[in-house]
Amino acid sequence: MNTTVLDVKGMACPMPIIKTKKSIQDLNTGDVLEVHTTDQGAVADLSAWAKSGGHEVVDHKEEDGVITFWIRKG
Amino acid sequence: MSTTKKTNIILFSGDYDKAMAAYIIANGAAAYDHEVTIFHTFWGLNALRKDEQVDVQKGFLEKMFGKMMPRGADKMGLSNMNMAGMGPKMIKKVMKKHNTTSLPALIEMAQMQEINLVACQMTMDLLGFQKAELLDDITYAGVAAYLADAEDGNVNLFI
Repeated sequence: MNTTVLDVKGMACPMPIIKTKKSIQDLNTGDVLEVHTTDQGAVADLSAWAKSGGHEVVDHKEEDGVITFWIRKG
Repeated sequence: MSTTKKTNIILFSGDYDKAMAAYIIANGAAAYDHEVTIFHTFWGLNALRKDEQVDVQKGFLEKMFGKMMPRGADKMGLSNMNMAGMGPKMIKKVMKKHNTTSLPALIEMAQMQEINLVACQMTMDLLGFQKAELLDDITYAGVAAYLADAEDGNVNLFI
């Protein structure tokens, strides 16, 4: 299982979702994408997107305004 | 996921802000793996115009229409607080500050994400636009093509 990091800090909607989608395309099922974002809408956005695409949000945390997501490709 | 979902947006408005909303939803839907179509009609066609003047033969009225309407996405006004062009300047400044993607960049991204950009042929004729004046890789169609997409669309919007 690999973890790939995607840094979309500073980017506004809809870029975080588009970049996340592009990155996850290149992964294998079961791989984890670690997304770093400063978009405060991303918690709802990425969770909804992952659910719709059959991916799993393993965890997310917020620290110093940076939200980190771990999404396992489904 | 069994079948591909579809998002269809009619962009009727020629305002920068409304077009931005349409293109943000379209790009988001493409990230949701939807098959996305934006059907441009009436003032929405201006979003697809090339920003340079294109030499084409047309009648007087059509020429006037062409001159009075914004040539390309970046020149469109706001639906609110346009203030004779001050509004767009201000909002573009704020957008830069917040790192928001500009409308021309959103349109380019839509093409990269293989969103189907359709221009309504009937309003093209009405407003006197010719294909050479619009961006490349545009599909030209009418109401039937839109309905064919929309009747099994999951998201259908008129903006």
